[in-house]
Amino acid sequence: MSDPDEFSLNETKADTAAATAGSSATAAPEAATQRHTAHEPSRIPLPGKLYESRKTVHNKRIDGPFRRFKWLVMAITLAIYYVTPWLRWDRGPYAPDQAVLIDLAHRRFYMFSIEIWPQEFYFVAGLLIMAGIGLFLVTSAVGRAWCGYACPQTVWTDLFQHVDRFFDGDRNARMRLDAVPWGVNKVLQRTVKWSIYLVIGFWTGGAWIMYFADAPTLVHDFWRGEAAPAAYITAAFLTLATVALGGFMREQVCIYMCPWPRIQSAMLDERSLLVTYKDWRGEPRGSLKKAEREPDKVGDCIDCMQCVQVCPTGIDIREGPQIGCITCALCIDACDKVMAEIGRPRGLIDYATLEDCRAEAAGLPPKPVWKTLLHPRTIAYFLIWGSIGLVMLFALGNRSHTGLTVAPDRNPPFMLMSDGSVRNAYTLRLRNMESRPRKMEIAVEGLPGAAMWDETIGRAQAAPKLVFEVPADQLLAVRAYVVAPAGTATKDFNFRITSLDEQRESEEVGTKFTSPEDE
Amino acid sequence: MANKHVDQPTGTETVGHEWDGIEELDTPLPRWWLWTFYLCIAFALGYSVVYPAWPMLNSGTQGLLGWTSRGQLAKDMSVSDQAHTSMRELLARIPIERLADNSALMKQAVAGGHAAFKVNCSQCHGSGAAGSQTLGYPNLNDDDWLWGGDIKTIEVTLTHGIRQHGDDKTRSSAMPPFEGVFNPGQIAALSAHILSLSGKAKPNSEGAALFAQNCISCHGINGEGGRNVGAPRLNDAIWLYGGTSAEIGRQIQRPRMGVMPSWGGRLDPVTIKMLAAYVHSLGGGEDFVEVAKDPAVPVHVRP
Repeated sequence: MSDPDEFSLNETKADTAAATAGSSATAAPEAATQRHTAHEPSRIPLPGKLYESRKTVHNKRIDGPFRRFKWLVMAITLAIYYVTPWLRWDRGPYAPDQAVLIDLAHRRFYMFSIEIWPQEFYFVAGLLIMAGIGLFLVTSAVGRAWCGYACPQTVWTDLFQHVDRFFDGDRNARMRLDAVPWGVNKVLQRTVKWSIYLVIGFWTGGAWIMYFADAPTLVHDFWRGEAAPAAYITAAFLTLATVALGGFMREQVCIYMCPWPRIQSAMLDERSLLVTYKDWRGEPRGSLKKAEREPDKVGDCIDCMQCVQVCPTGIDIREGPQIGCITCALCIDACDKVMAEIGRPRGLIDYATLEDCRAEAAGLPPKPVWKTLLHPRTIAYFLIWGSIGLVMLFALGNRSHTGLTVAPDRNPPFMLMSDGSVRNAYTLRLRNMESRPRKMEIAVEGLPGAAMWDETIGRAQAAPKLVFEVPADQLLAVRAYVVAPAGTATKDFNFRITSLDEQRESEEVGTKFTSPEDE
Repeated sequence: MANKHVDQPTGTETVGHEWDGIEELDTPLPRWWLWTFYLCIAFALGYSVVYPAWPMLNSGTQGLLGWTSRGQLAKDMSVSDQAHTSMRELLARIPIERLADNSALMKQAVAGGHAAFKVNCSQCHGSGAAGSQTLGYPNLNDDDWLWGGDIKTIEVTLTHGIRQHGDDKTRSSAMPPFEGVFNPGQIAALSAHILSLSGKAKPNSEGAALFAQNCISCHGINGEGGRNVGAPRLNDAIWLYGGTSAEIGRQIQRPRMGVMPSWGGRLDPVTIKMLAAYVHSLGGGEDFVEVAKDPAVPVHVRP
């Protein structure tokens, strides 16, 4: 809550206010710079104390466009989370039919038509990089929109706060209940509410494990007590974590535990959209009666505290941008409602960039929204983000579903046979990434007179080309012996793998034939 | 240090340090965080009581649970042995000649043999089973066998060893030393003739005559060797003790003859079977021609 950035942002604001003081009668520069001492008591009552006890946030119910948008995002994100594991996707008889599945046991990651093997984990790394740059993009365009609407911590906290509201009533009722000493009624009430917490936590943890196994089978096994211990442990851990983080820790996670607010405070600039209290318009604060008496001496803020009461993290937005503000914009809804009731224009608290604020305070026309969103930084982020995505799509579309890796034996590097010929041994790994068994041909190229055999056939049947049946969606390891006639020198040659189906995928892998002739 | 003061915008005391005008606030820790610290300390104390932790003069505290890393290893090993029991039982029952028919079991046997080879055989034959020409340990990867290279023969050689006293069925033979019997000229002629068998020298009549008189009874007329007495093939490219004229001459005068322990008394029959399968799989294994009946072999499980 106390971050070095706050100083500079506040100073900027103060400068803005000072610069416009001449033209606006409502904001005197002293008032703008001194409002902290004037209005807010110190947040820490006893300086030098070892710890600070948490003040429970009892946020008030509010309705408005942003609250409705939050409902919508909450519905969509929760639906994605709970529904995804149950989507089916036909991949034929050899692969699971779950649309999104992280199959740790078989080391496969399925996502609709995409199947990723462990060695292709760079696709996942690419997705994570895209997610990171996507967050930068969102931050530079619309500030901490992720924190305010889409972050799981926000969504689940919101959910738990609605449970509080449903069982204990709105802000005042909850505050009263908190103050009541523990008795039978309170114990009952808390037990019921915390049981609901546990149910929500269990559904959250239970849904998570569905991503790692066939969901219907897992549900069946889970309730019969036949699922893997990891499933129960994960579900239990996530149940408790959900209850702890969403039910009890709530804003403490954002303020103390999450690195993202710190990173964001470094990424925001004067062109980022923030939930901003327009202090040059609101200050000095005064009641409606005072405003009637002396209309020139008070600003639009009537100090009704609605913006503070609806805040899910319990901050006062009028203190300026701060780490505790997740920009959920509920205070905008609250303030707009009050402004409408008292007949003043909306937007005393509003999404605005610091540049907008400066311009607005100076009486300049507002900047169109698209200009705010499309500044060089957002465009650059978008281009980087988009090009990574395109490169990955291209790589994904062009990858071969047939592959070969070759590891020559090093001990011994070569073997002299009794007829003077030289044998080298290789471990070949034939990769079949299609969900059906395929025949694949391995050929030795560039090694005259060479023949090859494996454990299943003897040297008598050695041939320059061998055909293997590779099981569906698997790697077949073959120990191949390559023999070259006496006198063959050490040289490089290739193994070529060709899939014997209509795809005719082919790959050439270079390796070395080692011979005693050079020694 | 003495520069502590209350920061005006936040109302928080600073720690008193200042770096180029940047000061650090002395923000108090949230209470739950403090409790997390206390819990960690409690956990550490509990852990050090339950598990071995405190170093003492001679050893350390044992811990209430009595856990040791050695005990853990023994447990893991016995779990692993349990997992192999069924495979070992199958291996005990199947005659080794028929092992090739069961490719899954063969694969397991080869894998088990690989592990046993590293423990018991790699000291002489090398971890890659390539042997050593200077030390005279045979290479097991090639297709040249002194006593035979089918899987059954390999098993017999492994079980009874080579030139072992006290084992009736051990592989045994001796090459007479010809030191003092031949003069240096005869040794050179004989060595040249032996090299000529594999086309590495010109044939000579003196050497051929000496070879016919002294060597063919074991090594064969054309130097094709004799496996019943473990006489090496002399007309191929592989030389156990070196293939130069001097090395061959030395071997004629003062023959070196390899020994191998009989593993029958040291390893159980299943491990020997696995070793035979592994050695046979190294690339030079020969096919077995006879088909044997099922012997009634008792099941041996490693204790």
